Amino acid sequence: MKTQPDMKFEERIAWCKEQLEDPTLPTLREFKGRNGTRAPIVGNFPVWAPQEIAHAAGALPVTIAGGGSSVEIDHADSRVQSFVCSISRSTLELGLRGYLDPIDAMVFTSICDVARNLGGVFKRNFPKIQTFYLHCPQNVASPAAVDYFATELRRFRRAMEDFIGDGITDAAIARSVGVFNEHRSALADLYTLRREHPEKISATESYLLLRASQLMPREEHTAILRSTFAELEARPTRRRDKIRVLIEGSFCEQPPWELIESMEDAGCYIVDDDFLLGPRWYDTPVKLGEDPIRSMAEAYVRYSVTSSIRHYGDRPRADHFAHKLKANQVDGVIFCAAKFCEPALYDYVLLKDIADQAGIPHLSFEFEEKMGVFETLRTQVETFVESILLFAD
Amino acid sequence: MPQAQVPMNTGRDLQKEMLQNWYGQLSQANEKGEKVAYLFISGNIMELLKVFDFHVVFPEVNALQCGIKRTAGDMILKAEDLGYSSDVCGYVKNDIGLVANDMTGPFGKMAKPDLLVCTYSGCNTYIKWFEALAAHFNCPLYMFDVPFSRGPETHAADIRYMLSELKELIALCEKITGKKYDEDKLKDILRRSREAEDLWVDILHSAKRTPSPFDAFFEAVFFMAPIYVLRGSQDCVDYYRAAKAEIDARVVSGTCPIPEEKFRVVMEGPPPWPHFRTFWELFKTWGVVCVGSSYSKVGGIWDFGFRHDPERPLESLAEYSLECYTNYNLGRRVEMLNRYMKEYNADALVIHSVKSCRAFSMGQADMREVFIHDLQVPTLFIESDLADPRYFSKAQLKNRIDAFFESLEHHRIVAGQTA
Ligand code: SF4
Ligand code: SF4
Repeated sequence: MKTQPDMKFEERIAWCKEQLEDPTLPTLREFKGRNGTRAPIVGNFPVWAPQEIAHAAGALPVTIAGGGSSVEIDHADSRVQSFVCSISRSTLELGLRGYLDPIDAMVFTSICDVARNLGGVFKRNFPKIQTFYLHCPQNVASPAAVDYFATELRRFRRAMEDFIGDGITDAAIARSVGVFNEHRSALADLYTLRREHPEKISATESYLLLRASQLMPREEHTAILRSTFAELEARPTRRRDKIRVLIEGSFCEQPPWELIESMEDAGCYIVDDDFLLGPRWYDTPVKLGEDPIRSMAEAYVRYSVTSSIRHYGDRPRADHFAHKLKANQVDGVIFCAAKFCEPALYDYVLLKDIADQAGIPHLSFEFEEKMGVFETLRTQVETFVESILLFAD
Repeated sequence: MPQAQVPMNTGRDLQKEMLQNWYGQLSQANEKGEKVAYLFISGNIMELLKVFDFHVVFPEVNALQCGIKRTAGDMILKAEDLGYSSDVCGYVKNDIGLVANDMTGPFGKMAKPDLLVCTYSGCNTYIKWFEALAAHFNCPLYMFDVPFSRGPETHAADIRYMLSELKELIALCEKITGKKYDEDKLKDILRRSREAEDLWVDILHSAKRTPSPFDAFFEAVFFMAPIYVLRGSQDCVDYYRAAKAEIDARVVSGTCPIPEEKFRVVMEGPPPWPHFRTFWELFKTWGVVCVGSSYSKVGGIWDFGFRHDPERPLESLAEYSLECYTNYNLGRRVEMLNRYMKEYNADALVIHSVKSCRAFSMGQADMREVFIHDLQVPTLFIESDLADPRYFSKAQLKNRIDAFFESLEHHRIVAGQTA
C-alpha cells in the first residue's frame, strides 16, 4: 500500500475523499492498531480545541466533524430533536454505532448551545469516552480573560495528565505549539495559493486536503502539504472567466464536498472560506513566552481569527469581515450556513449589510449534511455568477 | 381569620399591576434623561445596576409580553423580513421586530438603552442578540462572561474572573452615569433581594403539600416576575409578602389552583406564551398540578439554599450568575429535576421542548431517556415553541397529553390505588 507522502496529487485527493466518505474513521483504527494504548486519541467537536495540549501528552488530536452524507441516522434521532443542526445528530450517531470506539476522549467548547449540550449527551451515552468541556472566554476586553483561560487550559492539561498517567512538561507543550504553528503556516500557504492562483488548486481539493489533516498526525500532514505545493507548481493550468467569491458560515458543520464542487462548476473561484476553521485558528504563529499555557491563552483571547462562535469585544466582527472582503478582492459573497446553525444564521443578518455597504453582491443558502441533490443550488449560483459578470462588463 | 380576607388572586393581579407601573416608568426614561440598561434574565446582576439608578429593561420580558398579548407573530415576521431565519430563536426576532416597530409593543413605548449588559449565563443567542442591538443603537455592550457550570463545585478562577468583570462594569457604569459606586447602597439593595428570596422560596416549597396550594409552573411563571425584574426594591419584598399571605390563606381555606388534584408533575422547559391558557387547560382537564419546574429557575435557583449576601456583595452576585438553570450542564439539570421529583412527590415528568431555545431543548430527548429508562419516571415529551405561535398544534398536543395521562391513570387503577 502506498503511504500518503508517496502519492501523486490526484491520488492523494482521491484518498482524502475516501477517508471523508468512510464514517468508520479508518485512519484512527489504523493508528490504534499500530499504537494500542500507548497513544490515546483525543477527539474534539469543531470548531476549535487546544489540541496542542493533547499532542504534548503524546495523544493524537483529531477533529470529529460529523458523519457527513455517509452515515444513516438511525439511533441519534431519538436523542436529538429534528430542529437541531445535522452535525450534532450525525456525530452522536457515529458514537452510537461504535465508530468512535478508537477515541479515548472528546472535547467540547462553548461555541453554541447545541455543542454545549451535545457534550452533556456524550458524557452520558459514552462512559468509555472521557468527555471534557472547556468554557472559552467571551469577554475578551477584560484584562482577566487571559488569566481565566490559562487556568481553564491548565485544568485541561491536568485532565490530560490524569488520563495518560504522566506529567506533561512545559517544554513538551512548547514543542507541540511549534508543530501546530508549522502546520498552520502550511495551511496559510495553501490559502494564499488559492487567493493568488485559484486556477492552481480548486477549493474542493483544498477542502479535502484540509479535512484530512484533522484525522492524522499533524507533522505528517505538514509534510504532505509541502510536497503538494511543489507538485502544484508544475501543474498546467489556465485561468478561466470565473468570479472570485468568499464563502462564509461553514465554520462548524461542513457542507458536502459535492456542494463546494457545484459552486466551482457554476463559475466561482472560491478564494477564501471558513470551512473547518479550527486548524486555521491563528493566521500568525502562536507567540511562545515563558509559560506556554499562558501563551496559548493569550493567543486565543487576543489574536485568533474571527468567526461566528465567539464575541470579539470592541473589535467587531463586522470590521474584520469588511477587511476580508477587501483583502480577497472578491466579486461576490456566498453565505453558506448549515441549516439550524444559529451562530451563522444570526451573523448573516449583520454581515450581509456589510457586504451591501461594500457594494458586493451576495447569495445565501443553507445546507445539510445529507442533502443529495445540488442541481437547484448550482443553477442559483450560475445565475448569481452571470449577474455579476454582466454587471462587470 | 385574617388570612381568609386575602384576595385569592393577589399573586397574579399584583404582579400585573407592578409590571404595568414598571413599563410606565420605562416609557418615560429617555425623555427624562434617566439612564437605561438592558439586561438578560438569566443570572442577571440588576442589583449592581440599581446602585447607579439605571432603569433596567429585559428584552426577554418584552418578548414574553408580546407572546402572551399575541403580538409576537407580527414582530417575528418583521424580523424575518430583515433577514432573520425562520429557524432562529423567536425571542430575539420578537425583540428585533419590536425595534423595527418603532420600539412599540403591547406595553407601550420601550426606552432605548444607554448600556447593554450581556450576562452570558444563558445561551449563546444572548451574545448575538445584544451584538445586534449594540450595532443598531450604537451603544456600549459589556459582556459579562459567566463560565458554564459543569458540577456543583465552584472554581476559584471562575469567581476571580467574574469579580474582575464586575469591577470593570462598575467603572463603566460610573462613566456612563457620572455617579460613584456606593457599596453600602449595594448592600441595602441585596438585603432586600434576600428578603424577597426567602419569601419566594417559602412559596415554592408550599408545593410540597398534597394537594398543592400553588402551581409551580403555570402560576410560578407569573409569580416569579418581580423576583427577576424588580429584585432589590421594597416593592418586590412587599409583593412576596402579599403573595405568601395568599398562599398561606389558600392552605387554610383548602383552596388549590387545581380543585381536584389527580396528578403531580414536574415541568421541564418554558411555556408556549402565545397559547398559554390553552396549554394549561390541556393539563387542568386531567387534574394535573405542577409541583416543580425548571423554567421558574432560569433567572436563579434559590430553593436549594443560595441567597444574595450583603456581606459579600460582589462575590454573591458572581455566584448567583453561575447558579441559574440555563447555566447548568445536562447532568446538573437532570439532578435538579430528579430532586424535584422526589422532594415534591411527583408522579411524572413533563418535558416541553421548544424549537426556539436550543439552550433548553438540545439534549432534552436524551434527558427523556434518562428519566424513562434509568430512573423509571413516567415522562411525557411534547414539542411547540415559547414565542412563535406557528409551532403550536393544539390537536397534536392534546393527543399526546391525553394518551399519557390516560395510561398513567390506567396504571394507577391496575396498581390498585384508585385515583
Ligand atoms: S453547526 Fe452551528 S449550531 Fe450546530 S453545533 Fe455547529 S456551531 Fe452549533
Ligand atoms: S435561545 Fe433560549 S435562552 Fe436563549 S434567548 Fe432564546 S429563548 Fe432565551
